[in-house]
Amino acid sequence: MVKLTKRIGGLVLRLAAFGAALAALIVMITSRERASFFAVSLEAKYTDMAAFKYFVIANAVVSVYSFLVLFLPEKSLLWKFVVVLDLVMTMLLTSSLSAALAVALVGKKGNENAGWLPICGQVPKFCDQVTGALIAGFVALVLYVLLLLYSLHSVVDPFLLQKT
Amino acid sequence: MAREKILLGLRIFAFMATLAAAIVMGLNKETKTLVVATIGTTPIKATLTAKFQHTPAFVFFVIANVMVSFHNLLMIVLQIFKPKLEIKCFNLISVAILDMLNASLVSAAANAAAFMAELGKNGNKHAKWNKICDRFAIYCDHGGGALIAAFAGVILMLLISAVSISRLLIHSNKSAAASSPSSLAAVL
Repeated sequence: MVKLTKRIGGLVLRLAAFGAALAALIVMITSRERASFFAVSLEAKYTDMAAFKYFVIANAVVSVYSFLVLFLPEKSLLWKFVVVLDLVMTMLLTSSLSAALAVALVGKKGNENAGWLPICGQVPKFCDQVTGALIAGFVALVLYVLLLLYSLHSVVDPFLLQKT
Repeated sequence: MAREKILLGLRIFAFMATLAAAIVMGLNKETKTLVVATIGTTPIKATLTAKFQHTPAFVFFVIANVMVSFHNLLMIVLQIFKPKLEIKCFNLISVAILDMLNASLVSAAANAAAFMAELGKNGNKHAKWNKICDRFAIYCDHGGGALIAAFAGVILMLLISAVSISRLLIHSNKSAAASSPSSLAAVL
């Protein structure tokens, strides 16, 4: 009974992480705004910044991986591999989130020492959607850290709670 | 026993790599006098400085690398001065979890600094941000060196985490085999 609860808890956690990564991906992809001033129209897309492209790719990889692990049977020998892959996915998520956050901060506040003006005043809707995607990415990261601890505990069983 | 030596060697390398990255980025500064405008025939010069504190991502880079190198130093000291006495499961699992968290931290810091450096090197036409590396070449070179050291630290922290997790697996398999003799001991 305890084992079933644990397994269902793990599945729910992984489903939530998959949902959060997918949400971050979709919100970032659909963020696009066209602004025009002085007869010059500029369009802000997520492909303008390399960091946002990396964010999309990393979240896509994490979503596909979570979806595949959802269907892993319980007694399979691949669970030990899943622990290391969970660590790699967590590192991917932190790196993509922090890179996108660094670039978005420059877009929001500018960098006066380098002469870079903030762009959020001209494309506010784009900025808001990028913020939403970053928040979803952060939720996915927190869920993945919990998943990492959970899979470590269920594979390694360090406190020898399960009697074989 | 060889596993402990491999872990110690990896930790020493990771400590040196992250400390080097933090120091090189922390001392990164370049001052240049540039001609800003020309009024008549007299050029107006302005002294501009490029420091790592101007960019929040680089500040995070320095702080995170200092934290990870401190973690590695602590683990090296614990491993040298507390040799294989009471390897309890709690020690092993806290070391493994701390290693994983620090691996994520250094990966985040290295990547944030890498993307900011790319922005400084290439600029961004869409947002009308000019590149700064053509004027501050030494600043960019030092930053690039610090980034390479940090990425080496990322790979080393990933290896260290993998070795720590495998130590946990071996310990739990040994304890499971010792407590119930009828179970098979898994061979890693």
